[in-house]
Amino acid sequence: MGIEIEQNHPSVELSSIATSETHGENSPYFAGWKAYDEDPYHEITNPSGVIQMGLAENQVSFDLLEKYLEENSKASTWGKGGTSFRENALFQDYHGLKSFRKAMASFMEKIRGNKAKFDYERIVLTAGATAANELLTFILANPGDALLVPTPYYPGFDRDLRWRTGVNIVPIHCDSSNNFQITVEALETAYKNAESMNMKVKAVLITNPSNPLGISIQRSVLEDILDFVTRKNIHLVSDEIYSGSVFSSHEFISVAEILESRQYKDAERVHIVYSLSKDLGLPGFRVGTIYSYNDKVVTTARRMSSFTLISSQTQHLLASMLSDESFTDNYIKINRERLRKRYEMIIEGLKSAGIECLKGNAGLFCWMNMSPMLENDTREGELKLWNEILNEVKLNISPGCSCHCSEP
Amino acid sequence: MKLIVPLQSVVQGRNGFLLGSLIPCALFYFLQLYLKRRRSNSSNSSNNNNNPSSPSSSSPTPVLPRSSSRSNLSSRGSISRVRVSKLASILSKPDDSLYYIGLDRVLQDPYHVFVNPNGIIQLGLSDNKLCLDLIEKWLVKNLEGSVMGNGDMNLSINGIVPYQPFDGLNELKIALADFMHQVMGGSVEFDPSNMVLTSGATPAIEILSFCLADQGNAFLVPTPFYPGFDRDVRWRPGIDLIPVHCRSTDNFNLNITALEQAFSQARKRGVKVRGILISNPSNPVGNILTPDMLFSLLDFAEDKNIHIIADEVFAGSTYGSEEFVSIAEVLDSEYIDKSRVHIIYGLSKDLSIAGFRVGLIYSHNKTVLDAAKKMSRFATISAPTQRLVTSMLSDKRFIQEYIETNRNRIRRVHDEFVDCLTKLGIKCAKSSAGMFCWADMSGLIKPYSEKGELELWEKFMSVAKINITPGSACHCIEPGWFRICFTTISFEEIPLVIERIRKVVETCKSSS
Repeated sequence: MGIEIEQNHPSVELSSIATSETHGENSPYFAGWKAYDEDPYHEITNPSGVIQMGLAENQVSFDLLEKYLEENSKASTWGKGGTSFRENALFQDYHGLKSFRKAMASFMEKIRGNKAKFDYERIVLTAGATAANELLTFILANPGDALLVPTPYYPGFDRDLRWRTGVNIVPIHCDSSNNFQITVEALETAYKNAESMNMKVKAVLITNPSNPLGISIQRSVLEDILDFVTRKNIHLVSDEIYSGSVFSSHEFISVAEILESRQYKDAERVHIVYSLSKDLGLPGFRVGTIYSYNDKVVTTARRMSSFTLISSQTQHLLASMLSDESFTDNYIKINRERLRKRYEMIIEGLKSAGIECLKGNAGLFCWMNMSPMLENDTREGELKLWNEILNEVKLNISPGCSCHCSEP
Repeated sequence: MKLIVPLQSVVQGRNGFLLGSLIPCALFYFLQLYLKRRRSNSSNSSNNNNNPSSPSSSSPTPVLPRSSSRSNLSSRGSISRVRVSKLASILSKPDDSLYYIGLDRVLQDPYHVFVNPNGIIQLGLSDNKLCLDLIEKWLVKNLEGSVMGNGDMNLSINGIVPYQPFDGLNELKIALADFMHQVMGGSVEFDPSNMVLTSGATPAIEILSFCLADQGNAFLVPTPFYPGFDRDVRWRPGIDLIPVHCRSTDNFNLNITALEQAFSQARKRGVKVRGILISNPSNPVGNILTPDMLFSLLDFAEDKNIHIIADEVFAGSTYGSEEFVSIAEVLDSEYIDKSRVHIIYGLSKDLSIAGFRVGLIYSHNKTVLDAAKKMSRFATISAPTQRLVTSMLSDKRFIQEYIETNRNRIRRVHDEFVDCLTKLGIKCAKSSAGMFCWADMSGLIKPYSEKGELELWEKFMSVAKINITPGSACHCIEPGWFRICFTTISFEEIPLVIERIRKVVETCKSSS
């Protein structure tokens, strides 16, 4: 390398996106993960490690998946004949494999108890729901605009909806007085709030069933939200990635059902996000979808999905899996049962320890009320408790403030 | 408007003019305008709903077929006018780049040797079909074990199903570092910890753009360049591409003077240039940057304090006598600020597996890697595919055989193709790599302009039934150049393609 000469390089600049904190990953939600990564619990080798309870990953039904994959590993081959393999290996069309889209559409219908129809031509594939939410934000809003999101919400939204898009999140405040349900007043207040900050509101984004609350939204509330977005002439994004994780199938109502009952009047403003990461426990596969009733959005989303395509191998494998009716019927049923049992077990356990939870009916988590245990009824008090739980009790759980909950 | 005139005759007198004519006229005018606008709005929307079938030739965007939900939408009178973003409005318009229009035309009438022998032959997509048989053979032999794992590899379901690191599995990074080392001549080592994996090279370019520049900034790009850059860099990151024109007299090689000029012109206009984007080997020309030129580029970037993004996806597809030198190799030997150089790579070209979506960003800049790692959440490679590809890349014997065979086959097809074109009187730029030749058809176009080039492109499409990419789609400053990909056909199909080209050549010659 020769003689080393001390040079003062003016360090080359990076973008403001790269150097900003808008990705929100410095919140306790992510700090907890780091703590887990550094000291992960293991039954035998590290029984005093941190137990991960801050990641919504569904491992209760692994055995079912394992059995399927082992018995059907041929499904990931491409059968006989050169053409089908060649098409598959090179296939990078942003429309996605037709057989896979059809299988996804029918899986989505099945999860909703066949109470809504899905047209596979309206499905846009993305590498995970994370990408789907970001993509939709790019399409529905300009930098500086606002999305209204009910609190508490999934901490990842700060990154997914705001970071690269430059769009703002204005919270729709919900509180425990009515079990954190979304009210029309709260919607109106949020809207006015955004306007007072000179932001144009472009959409309302709800998660149904909700993360982190773990409850599905009631029909009347969904109707109210639909009416609200119609009145304001804005979009509605319904993130339904936990729709298959509702403990009792008849309790979940998708916005798709309501649209169908309204004969799709004003449906062009509604878009649904779905993924196989929660309901099918396959987050590693990176499979997400956008289902939109708006043609322009479908076309645009498809083109943009070039930046987040799902591997053709995965699409092929899952097309087989999802079209296997006996497998999917069985999986959905057993998964629900196991989730319900676990939920009840944990609620009981917490109750006996004196901790009340919000009565939930879905999801992979429970929303605990630990406010009686706070030294101070403030954010600082909450963080103090969280730190104790993380460092002394060795449990990684997510504090409400990282979900923007207005009540400590 | 015809109603306005009779009114004047109704009211008489001076004041009458105002009361009787002007005001009612004005009112009528505005009423008619209002009615016209309402009518055109509802007729526009109902047009959209009633024409779902075949796309017209001027709007290649495939329109969605009718479905039950759509037919319900059109039957309602109230058409929602809910708006989408500015970006979406731009993106939803029919593509006006002949690169994409050409791809669409092939989709509508694709050539197939038995099923559709008169269809359009795809020569506009740089996919490599020459060695798919090797990949297929490997997969058939190894697939079952490679995803689920056999006993000795211990890749249980727990390894692919739960959340994995978003910037890629470490085993795959190691395997890719090794592959890159091999494919780029064996003279530079790549460090897996400097990698962020993404679902293809396309998101890698976009992510780097997000990291290195702000909206409204610009990158300098030598022309002609890969049409996809317009999408990857401009769309969401909002960064402009300033062309730095290269000429046929230089065999379209980059020259620093042109870079300097482009940079200072941009500065005069108040545009902040944040980096240079190059593809090496270059697409569409296929030439390789010499080590000297790489050094000059680095000096230039150093002097202006900007980044270099080197897209090296065709590094393994060399066939000429020149050896490919990665910019990473030059960094090794020269004391230079490594933090400004970033490499894009992927397996779509060199390993023919475009469908699997495997790409990467390679950088020494820790901040860039950090930010890119977070962004890779939006473009993660599917875990089972990562496992499969890791297996494939770890099969050293297979990879060695593949790299050699691939090079040989590309060389064979390239040499034959260029030879045949020369016999037709069409010269190609001197190239040493890539999957295409950059052909000079300027002698066949009339007038010598972009319009002439467009007409020739249309002739190739509709008369010869081949899709080739015109230079204008690649922002080439000289009209008449076309990119012809030869890896999407077999060696045996070359005569067929040449014959079709000959038809057009003769038509042009006879009409001039």
